[in-house]
Amino acid sequence: MRFLFKTDYEDDIRLFPHSGYAVSYGLLIAVLLIAPYVLSSYLMSQLVFVCIYATVGVALLILTGFTGQASLGHAAFLAIGAYTAAYLQKYNVPFPIYFLAAGALTGLIGALVGFPALRLQGIYLVIATISFAFIVEEILARWESVTNGNEGMRIKTLSLFGVAVPRDSPMFYFLCLGVLVLTIVGTLNLLRSPTGRAFVAIRDSETAARSMGVNVALYKVKSFAISAAITGFAGVLFAHKLSFISPEMFTLQLSIEFIIVILIGGTFSLHGAVLGAIFIVMIDPFLTYLKDDMPGIIAGVAATLGAGTETAGNIQSKVAAFASLNGLKGAIYGIIIMLFVLFEPLGLYGRWLKIKLFFQLFPLYKRATFKRQKIYVKSERNR
Amino acid sequence: MSYFRAENLSLHFGGLKAVDAVSFAVEKGEILSIIGPNGAGKSSIFNLISRIYRPTSGRIFFEDQDITEQPPYDIAKLGIARTFQNIELFENATVLSNLLVGRHRHSTTQLWQELLFLPSVRANEKVHRRRVEQVIEFLDLEPYRDKLISGLPYGVRKVIELARALCSEPKLILLDEPSSGLNVEETDDMSFWIRDMKSELGITVLMVEHDMTLVNRVSDRVIALNYGRVLAMGSPAEVQQHPDVVAAYLGA
Repeated sequence: MRFLFKTDYEDDIRLFPHSGYAVSYGLLIAVLLIAPYVLSSYLMSQLVFVCIYATVGVALLILTGFTGQASLGHAAFLAIGAYTAAYLQKYNVPFPIYFLAAGALTGLIGALVGFPALRLQGIYLVIATISFAFIVEEILARWESVTNGNEGMRIKTLSLFGVAVPRDSPMFYFLCLGVLVLTIVGTLNLLRSPTGRAFVAIRDSETAARSMGVNVALYKVKSFAISAAITGFAGVLFAHKLSFISPEMFTLQLSIEFIIVILIGGTFSLHGAVLGAIFIVMIDPFLTYLKDDMPGIIAGVAATLGAGTETAGNIQSKVAAFASLNGLKGAIYGIIIMLFVLFEPLGLYGRWLKIKLFFQLFPLYKRATFKRQKIYVKSERNR
Repeated sequence: MSYFRAENLSLHFGGLKAVDAVSFAVEKGEILSIIGPNGAGKSSIFNLISRIYRPTSGRIFFEDQDITEQPPYDIAKLGIARTFQNIELFENATVLSNLLVGRHRHSTTQLWQELLFLPSVRANEKVHRRRVEQVIEFLDLEPYRDKLISGLPYGVRKVIELARALCSEPKLILLDEPSSGLNVEETDDMSFWIRDMKSELGITVLMVEHDMTLVNRVSDRVIALNYGRVLAMGSPAEVQQHPDVVAAYLGA
């Protein structure tokens, strides 16, 4: 176990508390840099999605994790970023400009959504953001002159300073990784400055924040704008990765996936966004695998247990029918969220910290260290 | 002209007059206590000053400036800090970041500078950090710097709330029952700190308190309230012997 001796105020400010962090993050970056030359193209494609989802996860963490404002409308912000890119690309606007424009426009719309949200708390805010997402979805489907309606829009290959960057090239992956790393560093900078602390203050007690001089309304709008802008940037990359976008890609389910990213990863740290993104991107192929192979496996097990060929075949078709039920994916997502909220509210990153502490303290770890208990309940709060 | 002045301040909830035409003044550098039975309107007066409630009528002046219509976040910017009766700390943050929020009124950096963490932001952060450290030293909070609030005992939280208010370098501090829930030694510490705040830091103190030992020990003047009205005003001894005050507490 390492003990930190702080001798300078700088020690409270720096991003890496000690050199060990620099080494491990350096190694991680090195691994990520050589990944495209080692991994299969399928895994690379998954890794690009991890980067994009993690970027949205960080954006959502700023709003939900640190400012305490829930949002189920982030698919809409992603859509606005994606469609801005697709629309501007039609007029041969170069990538850096439409990338920034998409972020700026989404940020502006995020701020506009933030204003009505000032008067809403908790579940009402969730409903407001859901309705915002539906409005955006509807506009994308109906505003055919701009969005091409339900036929969707095709996005041309990304071209950066005259060089083509195909969506499955290592270059595109590096671009997504770069955006993610810059987002994370920017967010960390924000969190160690007055703005980030004001966000956390609003999350924990609006009354106290206000009495300390925080303009709560302004900072909530700022939080919405920043979160939306980052999601807009991710939307541009998302559009390029898919090369085709249509309104039915940006549904409530996608917003829920983003919420899952932060809930499962852990809402108190940026690590959570990355871990949650890995989880959500990898669960899809896993579910597909289950869907394809599970019926056969179960039938096989039934056959070995002595069931006749006919019964085994029956079981196989029943399981297959169940596995291809409509809405099964949504149900599984729901169950995952419930299980995490009940048993691991700190998410995957929280679990990782517990495992780490276990090894740091090895023979002395106490099982009750993370036992949840109510220490002190507030009687009355000013809202 | 007085340093801080409330004129005919009223707060009515429907027919209930929580605060009824209360006028008082606080002189610069004094410790003024507000006492009164439960429901007398003491905390309501604080909430009126920090603009959590909007007064039904009346005006509030601070340093000859009318602050009745100021937005709540501007009150802190003017140099009025407060604590709460039922501790309002940022539970899931460390003590240090709680105290740094107290510095918010002094932050001058822009969002884009903070995103890049420019040298100016870093320099500002160090200034904030140094000021926070002075307050930590003043209130003996050294053992708790990196602890999360949610794991700290009540008595420590109470002190941290006072520390957060002090971090904003206020000119006037409003203490809402600083000793509630504290044991005898902690109350003693609190009374020393309140007097030191006045003598060493030059802060004017307006305080709501039930513990008469503490009130007697630190206050220069006392106001007694009941049913939203001022019963008596004067030195601690005078107020305690005032027949109306005795009646309010003991029954006529």
